[in-house]
Amino acid sequence: MAVNYNAKEEADGHPSGVGASGGAGKSRKPDNTAFKQQRLPAWQPILTAGTVLPAFFIIGLIFIPIGIGIFVTSNNIREYEIDYTGTDSSSPCNKCLNVSWNSTPPCTCTINFTLNQPFETNVFMYYGLSNFYQNHRRYVKSRDDSQLNGDNSSLLHPSKECEPYSTSENKPIAPCGAIANSMFNDTLELFRIDNETRIPITLNKKGIAWWTDKNVKFRNPSGNTNNLTALFQGTTKPVNWPKPVYMLDSEADNNGFINEDFIVWMRTAALPTFRKLYRLIERKNNLQPTLQAGKYSLDITYNYPVHSFDGRKRMILSTISWMGGKNPFLGIAYITVGSICFFLGVVLLVIHHKYGNRNTSADIPN
Amino acid sequence: MPLSGFKFGKKKLKEEERYLQANNRDFNLEFEYANNSIKTSKYNFFTFLPLNLFEQFQRIANAYFLFLLILQLIPQVSSLSWFTTVVPLVLVLAVSGVKDAIDDFNRHKSDNHVNNRPVQVLINGRLKDDKWMNIQVGDIIKLENNNFVTADLLLLSSSEPHSLTYIETAELDGETNLKVKQALTVTAELGENLQKLTDFNGEVKCEAPNNKLDKFTGTLTLRGEKFALDNEKMLLRGCTIRNTEWCFGLVIYAGPDTKLMQNCGKTTFKRTSIDRLMNVLVLVIFAFLALMCFILAIGNGIWEHDKGYYFQVYLPWAVGVNSAAYSGFLMFWSYVIILNTVVPISLYVSVEIIRLGNSFYIDWDRKMYYPLNDTPAQARTTTLNEELGQIKYIFSDKTGTLTQNIMAFNKCSINGKSYGDVYDMAGQRTEITEHTEKVDFSYNRLADPKFVFYDHSLVEAVKLDDAATHGFFRLLSLCHTVMPEEKKEGNLVYQAQSPDEGALVTAARNFGFVFRARTPETITVVEMGETKVYELLAILDFNNVRKRMSVIVRSPEGDLTLYCKGADTIVYELLDSSCGSLKEETMEHLNEFAGEGLRTLVVAYKNLQEDYFQEWHKRHHEASTALDGREEKLSELYEEIEKDLMLLGATAIEDKLQDGVPQTIETLTKAHIKIWVLTGDKQETAVNIGYSCNMLHDDMEDVFIIEGNTSEEVLDELRTARKKMNPDSFLDSDDIIKFENPSTKSRILPEEQANGVYGLVINGHSLAYALEGNLELELVRTACLCKVVICCRVTPLQKAQVVELVKKYKKAVTLAIGDGANDVSMIKTAHIGVGISGQEGMQAVLSSDFSFAQFRYLQRLLLVHGRWSYIRMCKFLRYFFYKNFAFTLVHFWYGFFSGFSAQTVYDQWFITLYNLVYTSLPVLGMSLFDQDVDDRWSMQFPHLYEPGQQNLYFNKIEFVKCVLHGIYSSLILFFIPYGAMYDTVRSDGKAIADYQSFALMAQTCLLIVVSVQIGLDTAYWTAVNQFFIWGSLSVYFAIIFTMYSDGMYLIFTASFPFIGTARNTLSQPNVWLVIFLSIILCVLPVVGGRFLKSQLMPTISDKVLRKIRAAKKQPPPPLPKTRLRRTSTRRSGYAFSHQHGFGALIMSGRNMRPKLPFTTTGMFSPNSEKNKHK
Repeated sequence: MAVNYNAKEEADGHPSGVGASGGAGKSRKPDNTAFKQQRLPAWQPILTAGTVLPAFFIIGLIFIPIGIGIFVTSNNIREYEIDYTGTDSSSPCNKCLNVSWNSTPPCTCTINFTLNQPFETNVFMYYGLSNFYQNHRRYVKSRDDSQLNGDNSSLLHPSKECEPYSTSENKPIAPCGAIANSMFNDTLELFRIDNETRIPITLNKKGIAWWTDKNVKFRNPSGNTNNLTALFQGTTKPVNWPKPVYMLDSEADNNGFINEDFIVWMRTAALPTFRKLYRLIERKNNLQPTLQAGKYSLDITYNYPVHSFDGRKRMILSTISWMGGKNPFLGIAYITVGSICFFLGVVLLVIHHKYGNRNTSADIPN
Repeated sequence: MPLSGFKFGKKKLKEEERYLQANNRDFNLEFEYANNSIKTSKYNFFTFLPLNLFEQFQRIANAYFLFLLILQLIPQVSSLSWFTTVVPLVLVLAVSGVKDAIDDFNRHKSDNHVNNRPVQVLINGRLKDDKWMNIQVGDIIKLENNNFVTADLLLLSSSEPHSLTYIETAELDGETNLKVKQALTVTAELGENLQKLTDFNGEVKCEAPNNKLDKFTGTLTLRGEKFALDNEKMLLRGCTIRNTEWCFGLVIYAGPDTKLMQNCGKTTFKRTSIDRLMNVLVLVIFAFLALMCFILAIGNGIWEHDKGYYFQVYLPWAVGVNSAAYSGFLMFWSYVIILNTVVPISLYVSVEIIRLGNSFYIDWDRKMYYPLNDTPAQARTTTLNEELGQIKYIFSDKTGTLTQNIMAFNKCSINGKSYGDVYDMAGQRTEITEHTEKVDFSYNRLADPKFVFYDHSLVEAVKLDDAATHGFFRLLSLCHTVMPEEKKEGNLVYQAQSPDEGALVTAARNFGFVFRARTPETITVVEMGETKVYELLAILDFNNVRKRMSVIVRSPEGDLTLYCKGADTIVYELLDSSCGSLKEETMEHLNEFAGEGLRTLVVAYKNLQEDYFQEWHKRHHEASTALDGREEKLSELYEEIEKDLMLLGATAIEDKLQDGVPQTIETLTKAHIKIWVLTGDKQETAVNIGYSCNMLHDDMEDVFIIEGNTSEEVLDELRTARKKMNPDSFLDSDDIIKFENPSTKSRILPEEQANGVYGLVINGHSLAYALEGNLELELVRTACLCKVVICCRVTPLQKAQVVELVKKYKKAVTLAIGDGANDVSMIKTAHIGVGISGQEGMQAVLSSDFSFAQFRYLQRLLLVHGRWSYIRMCKFLRYFFYKNFAFTLVHFWYGFFSGFSAQTVYDQWFITLYNLVYTSLPVLGMSLFDQDVDDRWSMQFPHLYEPGQQNLYFNKIEFVKCVLHGIYSSLILFFIPYGAMYDTVRSDGKAIADYQSFALMAQTCLLIVVSVQIGLDTAYWTAVNQFFIWGSLSVYFAIIFTMYSDGMYLIFTASFPFIGTARNTLSQPNVWLVIFLSIILCVLPVVGGRFLKSQLMPTISDKVLRKIRAAKKQPPPPLPKTRLRRTSTRRSGYAFSHQHGFGALIMSGRNMRPKLPFTTTGMFSPNSEKNKHK
């Protein structure tokens, strides 16, 4: 860009000295500072052909390789997705379609699938929901962060935001609110079918939530005892839950408010279609891929009704790259924008050559 | 004193008649007349808060935010926390409140200054120093020379003979000549005898306070006798006592009842066209907001019906909501709250701050500072700046604005020889510059040191005892009505009624004919060092019909001579036939003088026979004592004796223009600003000034003169003129019919083009007809075709009417500039009023919006400050609307993906701080520092001013462009993060498509995009701009990392739920890729578009910028040279600016002092000889 620091010389139109007649202190003559006289040194960039055209070409040249890189990376990610909602009558889970909360015995179904390619690196297991408005305003605010942070008074007196899920049977609900109440509670189990034998795959349930959520945002109520049952004394479970919050898991560091499944659920999604991390499948040794190609079966304990509002449930197995999960959008967008920039650069160049010099400044009267 | 916003005191009863008694406070107090303190301030310490808040909530924007605040308190509707509205509202209220408080404090200060001025008041027989505010009706006060008159007074007595008192009324009516007031004889006797004054118990009965400056009726009852009182006995507040040692006055009206205060009226609140446009736009935005909310409410109804109803398993409807329609209704209001940021609350405050800042630049400008009387320019109204960049019409006063009101004896023609020009060695006439050698008058001890003359040959002629030259100056020293004043010996001061006369007598004085003293019967002149006493026999006074004056004197030698000076046209008729050839030569010189724009007079004399004169004198005495037809008889006698005169020569007086007036007018004309001169002066004078300051020139196609005496004549003249200028303008005559139809709302006349450069001169009485009803349209159409319009003999009211006329029919911004009280009306009427300051406490300045000392500063005010202010304001508005639309509309798009639930995209803190913290300073920096070209180039290319006049930089179309740009950006800002985050995860497999991460990403994109955009809009990158932009971004990141930190969450759990989002999100490479992509997508089209526009359709500024860049490679251009004076063949007129002479007063001797000091000491007295030899 045109760089010109204009250090303008003092160009005062008045004969100096006359104004000082009243004495330096008395004169009302304004100060001669660059700021007051609007002479601050400045850089005045101007859009010229010399700056604009290279910018277009350079952006084009940068964007296209980035886009290709992202696109390739995204395409290299292995992903396998099963919709197990069961709306299709042929689906094994069709029988569970009209399940309700707390139905006993729970409805279970099994879906078999085949992975054609092995998953080499760590595999992440997600559940995905569609048409589920976790971003609805009333839903988003229907929680009490103080309660979840272990504040004892909020535990017994949940915020009004939690209505209508703040009390049940005259007891405060812990955790209160619509988000907690609607917590996803399907259980997914994965088996590799090797010669008709089902080999369970170890699913790690810890390390799926943000560190800050697990360690700062969510805390169990404090008290003299480590016994969660005692600490949650005086509260009741959310309406939809089969069991209270202190019985979410057997391990103490994954129970109560700091249960990671719960924390993941409480981090509400931005869009009505979302996926949430459910389990981790770690790579055991370097010789074998984490998930070999072959047959697998997914056991589902189908507790979570979504059919009434046309919701969909998915199970996703995915590997991860440096830029996250599979998403071709960014790569395509970069390639497109880069190409357009390059093309526009050419167009502008042509226009500049044809018209740019036509407009001389001769028609400005001096 | 600031008179604006003045409220007249609370009067329970309307005063019918004023009744008061001198020296009787108890009696006068019964009537509860206002005392002399004035109050222009609005608040005091206790009433400030409630009153100010009440006023602020009367503004629609503030009321709107109050309404929003109330909406937010309804739980079903509330979609945002209360602080998102309260914080900005409190801040806005606080900023405005502080500004009001400072303003009011200043008003208090100036009130106090005026109220605490000292004055001497007579209490219990003793003079006591008191403050102005303690003066009450009925008090007797003493004023001394050069004092301001404290209140409206009845003059009782003064130090001068016949209790005359001289006052200057400049502040009141703009006239700078002295006026004489005279007390009643019965009160004059009181003198300065304090006892008598204390015993004075006259009762005054007079009219109630009113605003008529020239009228007063009342009666004074003293010891049972009644005396009529009129305006001649009144000293009005605002006047200044001059040439009078002391005087006593009785307070009749005080404080708010004085005529000055009653006259100042209420100041009309001026608003700029951008203000008006902004109000319209705000309404449009409201409509747009309502439309968006309506769409979203409908969407919500449908969504709740189709999906929300079934989703109730997880999210039951709110309490009381039982149908989708009702939910939609509530959501309408929720969205009103969320989308309220399209009507930015900080808009008005920012606009005020920007205007204030730009006003300070005007105050600070050294190039508009006038060192001679230490006057800087002043922006008295801080809310009109950008309108200075849009001026199309300038209405200028003449005297004191274009001209200095200083008359300089410049040239003369004596006995056929012209003096006053300077010739160089080669005999060529040269331009007089600062370096030209002046004539040295030091040989003459009585010379006026300020008098300047360059032609040495005239002094030589005087020294050589040339008879004609001596006669010429003798005439000038005798034939006048000037009063001399010599307080110290040799220090002569002339009190002239008109500056022309003063200039002539001063010239004679310097050339050795010193008018020293006068009595009713004699005139003492020191002629070449020799004191001579002439016997003054008669003054044949000046009046407008005669256009000449004569004196008849008897010289010490006993010769009887009549000396006459007057307008050439008149005097030439009276000349003796013997001076034929001299007449022609002198006429040639007169033409030459007139061509240079000088005011000319012809002087002649006549020797009288003793017996004829005695006989004439007798008849003159009879006539002057005649009871009826005195005037006619006298003028007959005058005409009888003023004939067969011998021509002596002619004088030429320069009505000095202010410095740089012609150049300024030329520059302003180049900027396509039309200049109209509205003057009270006569036609000849006005036209002359028009020529000498380059408004009219000889290469104009024509200068039309409208001087019809009936409305038909005026109409005819106007039509003829217009037909010549633009014959086509009669083809679209249906336009006129349309305009005459009152039902048509649009009264704006289209722009018409003349086929050449024309000028128009309108006379006062023609103007009166032209301003009436159906003619005014003709006047506007004709006048606006002309480049220059000069209206002469215009009354103050007509000045305002003319301005009003142009305001009414032309969509143009007008500026009125003047210096006197007669300009106040037009200054108040025009969009912008400019006062010429310098003389202390002028009324024009007080009612003006901007003031400075010299007319030439106008070009800098308009072309530099005005243009910059306009560009800055437009850039600010365009950017401001853009950034708020880009910010707000993201919520709109999000509505489609969040069940139309009025969920915000951003963190609530971001919404609170966006306008106030994150984006306010960069845009403020731009609107305070931006300049596309610097001041020198702005002046060099006046064409750069045109876009402002045509309102190109911010109008409805530009606004729509900003909105579309904002909508585009908001689409990018929503859908790029949407696409990139859809169903995806972080690089460690954990959540990133959660609401909080999405919010953070969107708001970071937005902030960086608008920061880059402001960078793109900034044409002038100072260190401050850099600091503001980078600073705002850093502050943003600092704040989010702080607000989303563990500590903040643990302390204020409920307020900062976004804990950890910044850390977890901004560490992701794909988030930065998204941000980068959004920036490029938002900014590149703008860059490309602007580049294309500058290539394909370059605006005038683009071209100038290109030219400047080319020129910058070369050394800076030389400063524009001052043009040589034009010579033309214009014929000038004669000018005495007053109506009636002082002759009668002089002959009666009423204004003479009893003793005349120093009358006998001549210039070469022994005393002065001694001094000379020292």
